[in-house]
Amino acid sequence: MSDIKMVNLKINGLDVTVPAGTTILEAAKVAGINIPTLCYMKGINEIGACRVCVVEVKGARSMVASCVYPVSEGMEVVTSSDKVIEARKTTLELLLSDHKKECLSCERNLNCELQKLSLEYGCDTKRFQGATSKEDIPDVSTDYLVRDNTKCVLCRRCVAVCNKIQEVAVIGANERGFKTNVSCAFEEDIGNSPCVACGQCINVCPTGALTEKSEIANVKKALADPEKIVIVAPAPAVRATLGEEFGNPIGTNVEGKMITALKRLGFDKVFDVNLGADLTIMEEATELLERIQKGGKLPMITSCSPGWIRYMEFYYPDLIENVSSGKSPQQMFGAVCKTYWAEKNGIDPKNIYVVTVMPCIAKKFEKKRDNQAASGYPDVDASITTRELARLIKEKGIMFNELPDSELDNPLGEFTGAGVIFGATGGVMEAALRTAVETISGKELGKLDFNEVRGMEGVKEASYEVAGKTIKVAVASGLSNAKIICEKIRNGEADYQFVEIMCCPGGCINGGGQPILDSYTRRNVDYKTLRAKALYNQDASSKIRKSHENKAVQGLYNEYFGKPGSHKAHEILHTTYVARKKY
Amino acid sequence: MAKTSGVPFQGTKEQEVALREKLAELKKVQGGLMPALQEAQAIYGYLPKEVQIIVAEELGVSLEEVYGVVSFYAQFSIVPKGKYKIGVCLGTACYVKGSGDLLAEVEKQLGIKAGGITPDGKWSIEATRCIGCCGLAPVMTINEDVYGRIGPKEVAGILAKYN
Repeated sequence: MSDIKMVNLKINGLDVTVPAGTTILEAAKVAGINIPTLCYMKGINEIGACRVCVVEVKGARSMVASCVYPVSEGMEVVTSSDKVIEARKTTLELLLSDHKKECLSCERNLNCELQKLSLEYGCDTKRFQGATSKEDIPDVSTDYLVRDNTKCVLCRRCVAVCNKIQEVAVIGANERGFKTNVSCAFEEDIGNSPCVACGQCINVCPTGALTEKSEIANVKKALADPEKIVIVAPAPAVRATLGEEFGNPIGTNVEGKMITALKRLGFDKVFDVNLGADLTIMEEATELLERIQKGGKLPMITSCSPGWIRYMEFYYPDLIENVSSGKSPQQMFGAVCKTYWAEKNGIDPKNIYVVTVMPCIAKKFEKKRDNQAASGYPDVDASITTRELARLIKEKGIMFNELPDSELDNPLGEFTGAGVIFGATGGVMEAALRTAVETISGKELGKLDFNEVRGMEGVKEASYEVAGKTIKVAVASGLSNAKIICEKIRNGEADYQFVEIMCCPGGCINGGGQPILDSYTRRNVDYKTLRAKALYNQDASSKIRKSHENKAVQGLYNEYFGKPGSHKAHEILHTTYVARKKY
Repeated sequence: MAKTSGVPFQGTKEQEVALREKLAELKKVQGGLMPALQEAQAIYGYLPKEVQIIVAEELGVSLEEVYGVVSFYAQFSIVPKGKYKIGVCLGTACYVKGSGDLLAEVEKQLGIKAGGITPDGKWSIEATRCIGCCGLAPVMTINEDVYGRIGPKEVAGILAKYN
């Protein structure tokens, strides 16, 4: 460690010692001083563009952007002089002059970084008046997202995640000067671009320029319709994050309160997509073993993440046969509701309305795909995000934190610890291994934790010896990591049998439909690990932790499907994919 | 709203071969996108979507990254030039002599704006800076022909000569 050169400087009169190369912004944090930022994202958007983080440096010609300015020996920095405050205020007021200020009813009201800074700096929202640069025509061309550039501050944080984290780069800054705008190539609608619908852009947007396409109105209409039996089911990752929308610490599992809230919202049945997750494991593990035994296409890749599926269809259509034909947990759940459950209860599937609560916006697209209507009606009718559910709960005056816990309805609310961990990267792999290893070896597993595939690294690899055979697996989350694995498979350099890919970094706990955290929290709190821990803790304390031991799932196969991978299971629980054109 | 020239792409196989050859060299160069686009525009005369896709694929970047650069720099155009390239000078001398009205009349006659091209590819209009013959102000050019000291009333007659 001795070869790291340390630098001494003064910030607001305080002595600070930090390694050479540290930025003023980071050095200030060491000294307990916060400098506001807007465009900055550590590691991926260090462009010093917005000028909100300016500070005074003694001897410097002008104020400098602290997010990109490195410290030097003897430097003297002032972060909150009148001159600095006035400069930041003016910058913000200029941004506000070209911003659609419908804050009162904006989806991001009270959770907007521009609004928060404007309040802190006492901005005059009418100081600068003039032309506006963007057309007031939001892009509503997709089923999953709305882009309103009149609220865009050109921070390029969405561009940075799209380009550097997901590496699809379908949006970017076009034109220049006053005409600069974030959009797709040739200013095409997003719906005509090879966007994969991950929604990571929404999660990093400091304002309301990017939001999901809401389906709340459809859900309310169904709830008000006396003809409809309205079923709701939350995804695994939602219980680990919904609490954040009501001020709970990151990583609080609010499953019990969430179920109560869903019941009070008037849903006829509160089931759980976790059941779909357990079912997915049954089908996928069977498919995997069949491929291994019969020499099918390997490695087999998971199909739970619709953003990943869209990515594969656009960018790696040659891997279509590698992907499991099993539907995602959302779709399996919906299909079972409208077939098995409908028949069992003598209900016409036409009158069943299935709502899922997902950490994801790609699910809104997935439910409209081809071959996702086993009963003749769409498997899933509405898919709302964690954020939309929170909005619905607030609108109905339900005091979430005061709610008692409730239990799910049966039988489609039964799930195992294996289903719960689907919400974190590596979870599907671990759940599948629990079932596959027991099936291959015919013996009960002593230890159920597969720690090698847990954690937030982007790419994880592991090998397991099972009944004299080696099973090699890989797990990737975030598309830049998925790309590494896909390239290996495409070039014939991969010797895995089974691969789990999740579109969003860290898996569904960090999905594009999850509660939005400000850039300071994203930078300084290991929120992905905290959210994942909530799921692993629930798994660890579950009585049943293996999908094949789920009583409801066993019942489904005994009464309805026969066995995993049966003809009937294929008709109802499996689907198809298509190669998509990028241009 | 998507931006296109509205003129069908008519690139030849020879042009594509020439472009791909240049790109094969440039993909090894860091910062090769700018020279790649300059080469592409030199070959095709403009940078339609079809050409930008080739550049994106060969250099391994997304189409949006290519378009972002093309739309940033004034030197790049996604609109081809017409068979007859009309230039209306908006330099100081021509402008005070009424070239603004002249341009408006040309735009009206052809039904397109400066920077645009008629769908049949026959006419394109450009608003130019000073072309160095201020004594003739206001000046309009059609390919190599120069028309000076004209007003909006003469435009229709001049355009008719090219039919």
